Amino acid sequence: MSAIVTIETEGLAGPPPRRGFPGVTLLRSTHGLQRGMLLGGLAVITLFVAVAVLAPLLAPYGFNADRAGGVIFGTQQAPGAAHLFGTTVGGQDVLSRVLFGARTALTVIVLAVAISLVVGVPLGLVSGYFGGVLDRILVLITDALYAFPSLLLAIVVSIMISGGRSTPFGGILAAAISITVVYVPQYFRVVRNLTVSVKNEPFVESARITGARPGRIMFRHVLPNVSQTLPVLATLNASEAILTLAGLGFLGFGIEPSAAAEWGYDLNKALADATNGIWWTGVYPGVAIVLVVAGVTLVGESLNDVLNPMLRTRGGGTSTADEDEIAIAGDLDPAAGELGSGSDATPTTEDDR
Amino acid sequence: MLILVTVVFFFMRVIGDPITASQGGRLSAVQLAQRRAAAGFDRPIFTQYSEYLAGLLHGDFGTALTDHRAIREVLVTNGAATLELSVWALLVAFLVGVPLGRLAARYRDRLPDVSIRTFAVLVYAAPVFFVGLLLKLLFSATLGWLPASGRASAGVEVALTNVNPKTNIMVVDAILYGDTSYVLDVLRHAILPALALGLLTAGVFIRLIRINLIETMRTDYVTAARARGVPERLVVRKHAFRNALVPVVTVMGMQIALLLGGAILTETTFEWQGLGYVLSRYLLARDFVAVQGLVTAIAVVVALASFLIDVINALVDPRVRF
Amino acid sequence: MTVPTPPMLSLDRLSVTFQTDGDPVRAVREVSFEVAPGEIVAIVGESGSGKSVSSRALLGLLPGTATVQGSARLDGTELTGLRGEPMRRIRGNRIAMIFQEPATSLDPVRTVGWQVVEALRSHRSLSRRAARARAVELLDLVGIPDSARRAHSYPHQLSGGQKQRVMIAIAIACEPEVIIADEPTTALDVTVQAAILELLRDLRDRLGTAIVLITHNMGVVADLADRVVVMYRGQVVEQGTAAQIFAAPAHPYTQRLLAAVPHLGQGRSHVDAQAPVPGSGTSTPALAVRDLVVEFPGRLGSPRVRAVDGVSLTIEPGRVLGLVGESGSGKTTVGRAVVGLVPAAAGTIEVFGTDLRTTSPATLRALRRRFGFVFQDPAASLNPRASVGACISEPLSVHAVGDDASRHRRVAELLEAVELPAAYATRYPHELSGGQRQRVSLARALVLAPDLLIADEPTSALDVSVQATVLALFQRLQAEMGFACLFISHDLAVIDLVADEVAVMSEGKLVEIGSTAEVLRAPAHPYTRALVAAVPVPDPAEQRERRRAAGNLA
Repeated sequence: MSAIVTIETEGLAGPPPRRGFPGVTLLRSTHGLQRGMLLGGLAVITLFVAVAVLAPLLAPYGFNADRAGGVIFGTQQAPGAAHLFGTTVGGQDVLSRVLFGARTALTVIVLAVAISLVVGVPLGLVSGYFGGVLDRILVLITDALYAFPSLLLAIVVSIMISGGRSTPFGGILAAAISITVVYVPQYFRVVRNLTVSVKNEPFVESARITGARPGRIMFRHVLPNVSQTLPVLATLNASEAILTLAGLGFLGFGIEPSAAAEWGYDLNKALADATNGIWWTGVYPGVAIVLVVAGVTLVGESLNDVLNPMLRTRGGGTSTADEDEIAIAGDLDPAAGELGSGSDATPTTEDDR
Repeated sequence: MLILVTVVFFFMRVIGDPITASQGGRLSAVQLAQRRAAAGFDRPIFTQYSEYLAGLLHGDFGTALTDHRAIREVLVTNGAATLELSVWALLVAFLVGVPLGRLAARYRDRLPDVSIRTFAVLVYAAPVFFVGLLLKLLFSATLGWLPASGRASAGVEVALTNVNPKTNIMVVDAILYGDTSYVLDVLRHAILPALALGLLTAGVFIRLIRINLIETMRTDYVTAARARGVPERLVVRKHAFRNALVPVVTVMGMQIALLLGGAILTETTFEWQGLGYVLSRYLLARDFVAVQGLVTAIAVVVALASFLIDVINALVDPRVRF
Repeated sequence: MTVPTPPMLSLDRLSVTFQTDGDPVRAVREVSFEVAPGEIVAIVGESGSGKSVSSRALLGLLPGTATVQGSARLDGTELTGLRGEPMRRIRGNRIAMIFQEPATSLDPVRTVGWQVVEALRSHRSLSRRAARARAVELLDLVGIPDSARRAHSYPHQLSGGQKQRVMIAIAIACEPEVIIADEPTTALDVTVQAAILELLRDLRDRLGTAIVLITHNMGVVADLADRVVVMYRGQVVEQGTAAQIFAAPAHPYTQRLLAAVPHLGQGRSHVDAQAPVPGSGTSTPALAVRDLVVEFPGRLGSPRVRAVDGVSLTIEPGRVLGLVGESGSGKTTVGRAVVGLVPAAAGTIEVFGTDLRTTSPATLRALRRRFGFVFQDPAASLNPRASVGACISEPLSVHAVGDDASRHRRVAELLEAVELPAAYATRYPHELSGGQRQRVSLARALVLAPDLLIADEPTSALDVSVQATVLALFQRLQAEMGFACLFISHDLAVIDLVADEVAVMSEGKLVEIGSTAEVLRAPAHPYTRALVAAVPVPDPAEQRERRRAAGNLA
């Protein structure tokens, strides 16, 4: 939740404040099952954040503890009264690791999304607005990066950060930066492409005719009209970030198991258990990943559907060109055209993770 | 293409020279320097780069430091395994994704749509290795119907090594060998990995096809086709679907990278001896010569795939010209 | 004029209501009219009048949120409530439709021949070969040259006019009793429009098809219609023969509508004695363009495209020059080059004696204070995220003129000048109607009291009655403030209303320039002559006369 809030406020921090609380208007503009998906997603995210924040209070044991009060838990214990979710092959409490894993995931997502935004958005804005050689080079590089499986990229960067050797600095920040490298190009590209289309809008041209300087145009005219798509992109990327983090952990390039609890790493360890029919070591962290990613994705998809005017419906059914005529006749829905030129704003919805 | 190779090369060198990376700590400084000189890693980086490029042009990707396998040989044998897995997975993705995507678009915002979309989100949200783990738990550990890992049973694999000509694509090899039970064995091994990787891709297909169909269904030419009395069934099939396919094909090109990324995880989960599997091995061993070779190859494959997509696009969309 | 034959199409108290998130919207209310066989009935109205909705209701092409009440009969067959197969057999077979945008109404991935064949085979059991032969015949009939070869073309390979011809070929494929033409020429240039209207008239004469013509253009109505149905806010306010409606409109709305339509030949070209240019010859011109060339990079491998080729024109202070031309003529590019939005490849652009291309950035910035620009699309030309007040005062803050208080006062002054309430300063552009937004654009352009205004199709996106008020406002402000203006438009009647001089462009070149009266009343260049002849005037009798004259000319 906090991730989304920070992003929303960041995007909206520009000059004109939206009238009314954005969340409420957003919710109003949904209906029926659509609203159900949005609310369901929000509920999951709230739960996730709550667990992440309260993990030390909720978890019965430490995430790396294999004994409590001198009593060793024992390995691969089936779920029972002492260990609700059982214990792992390393003898740790599965429940505690799942709860602490939420904390790790949240930290990494917030860091990754924040860094990606801070780096990607200004870069895209400047590159898109000025164009020229710099723009061409940056686009070339991001295109090249797109050609790699993003997980592979994250692995390479994580190795790079740890200097090619195994060091204790395999921590949360390293994981976050590895993921950032994957998403900076995405923000860059979306913001750049939008900037390129917005900068030719008449309202930007009119500012140029007036003689406004580039800085003013970029931040007063272009940025506010580009930033509307960022919440969608950030939410969708947040869910991808969790998956990338888990993938890194699963392959053994993530956070050191002693530094923090991480679901992907646990799943790797659980793989051998699965063959032997031991289900609890893998299922719980796996379900945690699915829940959180699904929750975040649901919110992102709903946002996308609601904010993308191309896909808007009123009460279901298809609509025709007559809607314009009707809209003017009834003076309904003044916000319908708000995204305006941003109709191609969300091409990366389906991008690789 | 050249840019890709260049990026890979310098990216890898930023990490450090390969010998130090893989052997550091184990050898003394003097020994390290000797090894580096022998391998030519002490020369200026641009010399190494041009030599590397020249090698690539002759199809020479170098030799792995850890197990001394020629990278080219790795690419052929393990690449075939990845290719096989990808084809099965794409098959699953198409069979599941396309019909469900059409169904969801048709019943937009009604129950079938919401259930299909929820399914798509869940499939997308579940990491391949978790789906793989669940499939293993259910079909091999609990029910015992399907094998948990590998590309074939041990006996079969040994028998198939002597097939001539050897394609390294297990099914083809088994067919060439001419034993139906072997073919079945290979297919049984492929089911779970194909499902795990295919479902992931299917989720993307569903969402893409749904959104694009919905968008084309509201275009003027669809209304115009309806207005001239074309039956609804044909409106969807001949006008909407064909046009919806254009952006789908484009995005599918981008999905090749996703598929390969997923392959790394799937192959590790099912011990499927493909490119992803060896790549993660080499990565863990910090064998950067091998990694560099494989990553370059992957980049080339992705670039070729996107070229192929352009060709397909031109076939689907008459507006596209080369 | 028609003998009382049974009507081919009759609407009886037809209503359409849309379900929305808020209150249901009644887009069409109890509309009744009849169409006789072979008759052309025009349904006129501005946006929001429900004219398109009612016609789509006939064919069941409305979204699921619409409910249709009342009755619509085609030769005795009830159409409302008809769905599925029976409705499909009506569509295209007995009632065909032509849409406004030929560019988007043809499937881009199918050849045009394929689409005509599809229409034929949807209703006739023809062999593929026979259908293809018939399709070529049809394309030939609607005037597509080399139709056998053109049948294999994809829509993007045809021009806009040709695409609309293909749409018409599809519409007449099954020889329907009624064709509904929904703004069939709105997206086309005037000369192409004239040809398409001619084709429609010809089809009616030859095939006896009844045509329901939906349009907002009174000139088109005068040119084509036998009878006219006037709609306003979902209701029919008046109907009668074309001659009646134009000569003696009964309903106040019709009267207002007709009064708002600019009539070519009744603007400044009508005034014989041109006021002498004030202080001509002595002052530096507000704008002097000499041998302007603008080029755009061509597609990969192809040469550069010359959008503007050697254009020269001069505007004296306080005068309005109308720049006309059809799409692709380069008129907009001239305007954009003048304000520096596109670079000129050659020539000079002098604003008050300073050449924009060679002057220093500092002088240029100072010079920018002296000109304003109004765009065509009022929806896109205001920053959607800035309030109206912020939009208008933008030039003030850019040039650091005054403080907050004085800027507020200036915004209030300008809102008053463009006849908007001062309270609008706190509103956002999307809360305004199109006409109101264009007033805001005008206010922004004038906030620095410029000496030169460049207006690029400022009223083309507006309804006729709104256009009339905005034009009146423009004329008043121009007279009061005395700025010079380059007024770019495709609409000769609008130019006739506002311009002192007219320049005509075609394919990047200036073909004729002179006083409005000279150019519009006695055009010298053949292109100008064709252009003037193609404009339909909103008067059936006069239009018939002009058509005959044009026919002799051709």
